[in-house]
Amino acid sequence: MSVPGPAAAFDAAAGEVVDLKALQAETDIAAPIAELERDLVGLAPVKQRIREIAAFLLVARAREQIGLAAGPPTLHMAFTGNPGTGKTSVALRMAGILHRLGYVRKGHLVSVTRDDLVGQYIGHTAPKTKEVLKRAMGGVLFIDEAYYLHRPENEKDYGQEAIEILLQVMENQREDLVVILAGYRNRMESFFASNPGFRSRIAHHIDFPDYSDDELLAITETLAAQSEYRLSPAAREAMIDYIARRRRQPGFANARSIRNALDRARLRQAMRLCAGSGVASREALQTIEAEDIRASRVFTTAIA
Amino acid sequence: MRVTQGAFSFLPDLTDRQISAQVEYCLRREWAVSIEFTDDPHPRNTYWEMWGMPMFDLHDAAGVMAEVRACRDANPQAYVRVNAFDSTRGWETVRLSFLVQRPADEPGFRLDRTEAQGRTIRYAVRAYSVDQPSGRRYGPARAERR
Repeated sequence: MSVPGPAAAFDAAAGEVVDLKALQAETDIAAPIAELERDLVGLAPVKQRIREIAAFLLVARAREQIGLAAGPPTLHMAFTGNPGTGKTSVALRMAGILHRLGYVRKGHLVSVTRDDLVGQYIGHTAPKTKEVLKRAMGGVLFIDEAYYLHRPENEKDYGQEAIEILLQVMENQREDLVVILAGYRNRMESFFASNPGFRSRIAHHIDFPDYSDDELLAITETLAAQSEYRLSPAAREAMIDYIARRRRQPGFANARSIRNALDRARLRQAMRLCAGSGVASREALQTIEAEDIRASRVFTTAIA
Repeated sequence: MRVTQGAFSFLPDLTDRQISAQVEYCLRREWAVSIEFTDDPHPRNTYWEMWGMPMFDLHDAAGVMAEVRACRDANPQAYVRVNAFDSTRGWETVRLSFLVQRPADEPGFRLDRTEAQGRTIRYAVRAYSVDQPSGRRYGPARAERR
């Protein structure tokens, strides 16, 4: 940890004072949060929560400087939300943010699912889970679709063993790693209901709302820009239409559906260019036209 | 007699913080860290028992330290060492190895001289502790000691 600068030094006479602004500048926390604001569309409650956590950690550090009791705060989190609402993307950034705040030492993310934790025969689970936990030490362990760990219909399931080891490490080695559980809302609810130990060890339950149509459009444009494509004005209109229709069809997965739609539009654009005159300008190579989007099956299928 | 094998063995025993810092150094160089233990301290005994698999893909010393503690708990009267293996092409060898636990009482080694043909003398080094069967070499077994 860096040495407190003169601004953050204590003023013993006037009661001790910690300059939070200086501390903030020192930890360089503004940058990752600004990045989060810029790169992730929507998700207002999530961002709010992350700002709260950042502020809390800053205050915890200030308290430590001044000599107040500062046990390591519990930072285990649960992300709940529908498919494609950005749980994994946020978890990835979370590792970076916690690292810059000095809460985790290394700031890497280990992303696992049930298969990585639970073994196939007796005595296989514990070493497997411990192995994963060791890899995640100093960083963030992200357990996607965590409810699969618990199989209520099979009481001999090895998942319970993994859960017990997880709980133990989450409690005893709080300073070594942060565990983030993610999954769909209602299934996570029943998972927590059957594993009360988990709920109480997780301080932050963050709910990811579905994206609005406008936000999905913004996501489309961001995704396109990332791979150096852009939508023509007509394509933009088509996309607005597409989003409104896609939302009402089964299997809608928020940003993930949008990414897939964009990928398919790129395929159609490539086909169109190849079938065309045989010459393509830089402009044409970059632009997705309305017809690339309107050709989607979403427009032909009747809305249920 | 204090056994001096591996790095740092002429220094006072490393504290856990110092061990952790050494492991941190190894991990930074992307060496795979493993833990081994034995109760046969002969210098030519290179094959110690492995405590679990070598740990690849670790980022932080906390995981190794947890295993070191587990190994010490299971073998309180054994020598325990930490090895760091460098898999880089051209090296492919153990780059660092040091003891992290030794028995409380180390009786040392005996030098045997045997006279051979023409008054030649052949030497053998033998640890006093290996006169006892494995598991009872350094003081009473764990259950009695605690």
